[in-house]
Amino acid sequence: MLGEGIIKGLAETARNFFGSYVRKERLTTVQYPEQRLPQIEATRNFPFLVFDGTDPDAGLRCVSCQICEKECPPKCIFIEKSKDKKPDAVGKPQFYPTVFNIDVSVCMSCQICVEVCPFEAIKMDVQYDYPTEDRFSALLFDKHELSKSNEYYHQIHPTEAAAVDAALAAEREAAAAKAATAAAAAAAKAAAATAVTSTQSNGATPAAAKPATPGAAADTSEAQPAGGEKR
Amino acid sequence: MIQTLDQVFVIAKHWLMGYVPSPLQPLTSAVLSIIPILIAFPLLFAITTWLERKGLGRIQNRLGPNRAGFNGLMQPIADAIKSLTKEDVVPLTADHIVHFLAPLLLVVAAFLAYSVLPVGRNMVLANLNSGVLFFFAVGSVVELAVFMAGWSSRSKYSLLGAMRAIAQMISYEVPLVLASVVVIMQAGSLSTVEIVEQQAQYTHGLPHWYIFTPWGILGFILFMIAATAESNRSPFDLPEGESEIIAGYYIEYSGFKFALFFLGEYLGMFATSGIAITLFLGGWSAPLAALTVVPSWIWFFAKLLALIFAFIWIRGTLPRLRMDQLMNFAWEFILPMALINMFVAGVWRFMAPGIVRWLVCAALVLAPCVVLAALLKRKKKLQLRTYSFAE
Repeated sequence: MLGEGIIKGLAETARNFFGSYVRKERLTTVQYPEQRLPQIEATRNFPFLVFDGTDPDAGLRCVSCQICEKECPPKCIFIEKSKDKKPDAVGKPQFYPTVFNIDVSVCMSCQICVEVCPFEAIKMDVQYDYPTEDRFSALLFDKHELSKSNEYYHQIHPTEAAAVDAALAAEREAAAAKAATAAAAAAAKAAAATAVTSTQSNGATPAAAKPATPGAAADTSEAQPAGGEKR
Repeated sequence: MIQTLDQVFVIAKHWLMGYVPSPLQPLTSAVLSIIPILIAFPLLFAITTWLERKGLGRIQNRLGPNRAGFNGLMQPIADAIKSLTKEDVVPLTADHIVHFLAPLLLVVAAFLAYSVLPVGRNMVLANLNSGVLFFFAVGSVVELAVFMAGWSSRSKYSLLGAMRAIAQMISYEVPLVLASVVVIMQAGSLSTVEIVEQQAQYTHGLPHWYIFTPWGILGFILFMIAATAESNRSPFDLPEGESEIIAGYYIEYSGFKFALFFLGEYLGMFATSGIAITLFLGGWSAPLAALTVVPSWIWFFAKLLALIFAFIWIRGTLPRLRMDQLMNFAWEFILPMALINMFVAGVWRFMAPGIVRWLVCAALVLAPCVVLAALLKRKKKLQLRTYSFAE
């Protein structure tokens, strides 16, 4: 019949119209700023810097190796290396960044910085909205804005953070064991040296003892970056 | 009391006129009649934009605007402020004067049409004895405004949109007028007030609306289809054609001029709905004799809102027609049906009242409708489309 399809269509739209008032599951709209969709665990947006403990300055894992700065495709990372050193996550003295800036208006969320970081220091955040009236300096995040605690990292990516923590703990143990064996070896060497000096003449003691201690120190400092690169 | 409430605006006007010296009275009378029209219908436009966005949203299982004010009720005000503060861009090569005049002419023509609409008992700006004719004459000025807009913009999209609009409006102007001729034949008058008064009579508590006759139903349906096309609304919104020619003839308009086009389009829609109410739905008269206690102007606006809702419903349901479908529909179906309807109205006029007259006229309306539809369906060949150049 003429107009049958039109009437069918009108009935369908009327059903939608009244149905949306009666059945809430018809409305799929999320009232965005107030309601948000749950994010999946692999969500990523912009990078942030992880720190251990409570003090973002002391616990920052970044050792300012600048690999991420070099790898970043849109070149949105800017790092300035410190002159002095402080102990890192594993406990070895390392450089730290005096300036660490990421321009999130340039960042393309590729995660390459996370993949190249040998120190588990830079990770991807899940926050995606940074509303601001100033699109230049307000979107250039400095070290303090980027630093977020390891607990926060556990909150946003629990599985990944647990794996990272386990790896870091294993490394810390290995470093401790290595330090212990090195200390033991140095002690044995020293003991052997003293034994030698005690059996031999007294005049040779300073010459034999002096090279033994700096040599052991140089050995441990060379082992650290090599151990880091292996991860 | 009921009488007073019904005539409250008329009484208020007369009371105000009492304070005016007699030489100024004709001018004051005109101004006092015009101002309510200039307030009520743009206000209705504001409400309609909100209603339309809400209704379309619900039809599509969305929420619609709900941020500005309670349930988004302040949305029209926000839109008005936005369009007022926007930059008014005029193309460099455009004809500046015509480009400026087009939206004004559209709005003025739309407002002029309200002068013959009886919105209540004794509530008409000008009781012309050729009111219906005046309405259609003023309505066709809209076409001029549309072509002025399309031509003066110097853009191929505007020109295409304007040409589509003109072709469509002229095609549908004919059935629009022919569909309303049946009412004039029955009422024997071109005056809108006279037509409404003839319908505002009751037998057994039922009104004498023309929609309750076979030719009235068909006339109303044809009139509403033509009115939809005339006011460029979906499914006949080819001149606007968001997906192909962006916004048609007003693509080069921005800011408040664009808002004026929008206003003019909606005012035109209200005006054609208003004349449809006047011609077929009994104008300001109540649907039952018992309901005449409700003021007449409330009935007019209730019917207008019902028609607006129907327009929104149709817009939310039907997809846009193709140009050839649009033209074929106008010339091959609506126009012959309007002519047949005139014949049926003539038969009705000269037959004795009774159930026989009703049945004969219903058969005379239904049979051509079915036959014409079947013929048109047979003409339509469905086949696999072959592309000569695209392979």
